[in-house]
Amino acid sequence: MSKVKEVLLNPIFNDNPIALQILGICSALAVTGNLYITLIMCVALTTVVTLSNLFVSLIRNHIPTNIRIIVQISIIATLVMLVDEVLQAFDYESSKTLSVFVGLIVTNCIVMGRAEAFAMKNGPLMSAIDGFGNGLGYSAILIVIAIIREFVGAGTFYGIEILPLTTNGGWYLANNFFLTPASSFFIIGFTIWGLRQWKKEQIEEPEFTISKNSLEAEKRTT
Amino acid sequence: MLETYLSLFIKAVFVDNIAINFFLGMCTFLAISKRIQPAIGLGIAVIVVLGLAVPINNLIFNFLLKEDALFPGSDLHFVGLICYIGIIAALVQILEMFLDRYIPALYNALGVFLPLITVNCAILGGVLFSIERNLAFTESIVFGLGAGTGWALAIVALAGITERLKYADIPEGLQGLGITFITVGLMCFGFLSFGGISL
Repeated sequence: MSKVKEVLLNPIFNDNPIALQILGICSALAVTGNLYITLIMCVALTTVVTLSNLFVSLIRNHIPTNIRIIVQISIIATLVMLVDEVLQAFDYESSKTLSVFVGLIVTNCIVMGRAEAFAMKNGPLMSAIDGFGNGLGYSAILIVIAIIREFVGAGTFYGIEILPLTTNGGWYLANNFFLTPASSFFIIGFTIWGLRQWKKEQIEEPEFTISKNSLEAEKRTT
Repeated sequence: MLETYLSLFIKAVFVDNIAINFFLGMCTFLAISKRIQPAIGLGIAVIVVLGLAVPINNLIFNFLLKEDALFPGSDLHFVGLICYIGIIAALVQILEMFLDRYIPALYNALGVFLPLITVNCAILGGVLFSIERNLAFTESIVFGLGAGTGWALAIVALAGITERLKYADIPEGLQGLGITFITVGLMCFGFLSFGGISL
């Protein structure tokens, strides 16, 4: 039982796919302008990564090693196509807003990475749980970013107006910067900083340090 | 005629830069941007693969998958994704063998990056954009090359900044990934200013 909990919860704080493993960042940045769209993306990705882990793990002993990447990609692409068709059928508007980003789950490194690193070596149940956990880890960061961006950028939370905008006769002047792509970089950067202040072991070792002498030498030459 | 292509190219490089404005290929973008040399290699590889993959997939879409393309009443667009990714994977493999045989110098320079590119979302993203925007065949060649150039430009610029950043005194928790994100955010501002350009 503790193993299940570890596999499920580890990806959320200790080994977050976005903050620590730098995986699946593309969509994390692009779809976070609005909480509703973000939730759809999170559900889509969590579904795909859970099911792909499950299916890859089920046939892991029958996949020849040299063509395993192709097999994994076909499984993932099939799942993504299914998710995309379902989304288009039930929520066409959102599928237009997300445009290519649902399709891009195929090349989302979280999905490939979990299939390759976990599902190829573990049983189906554990793999599905691991996939779900990683989906949650991804969703956690995305939802945080989306809440911040929507709240500051438009004064709303899930489409409900919290801070009355000046354009509607209120007092809050929307900060348009938070609706531009650039803001998500800053938010993720600072989220990572916060996470690493809290979990010190995640701090990256500097590749090298500059010794005192060389600094002085540099000062002399310039 | 030439002007349309030129404006499409400039637009793909600066205004709609796929790395900075659409965040495609971000994983590799952040991971390989520590030094300039590998960044240039990867940039060239992306230009080559995008320049080939976008037109080829455009042909596949227009002559096989589009509604009524194969025979009246056929509609295969729902298998699009798996076709595109298969073609990209095959293309990268062929390119790798071709370069290994005929242009070993370039092959060595690109090294490990070629196989990595198969799962780079910049490539699939470029392909999907060209299809979503209904580009004609010649336009898709220009768009592919332009998008690749834009991506290469962005990664080389970021690598240049990161190389300089090693002399900076950065707070512990922000080192590495954190400061890279913030740098890209600042670059993003720079690219936003191209938004107003109309050609």
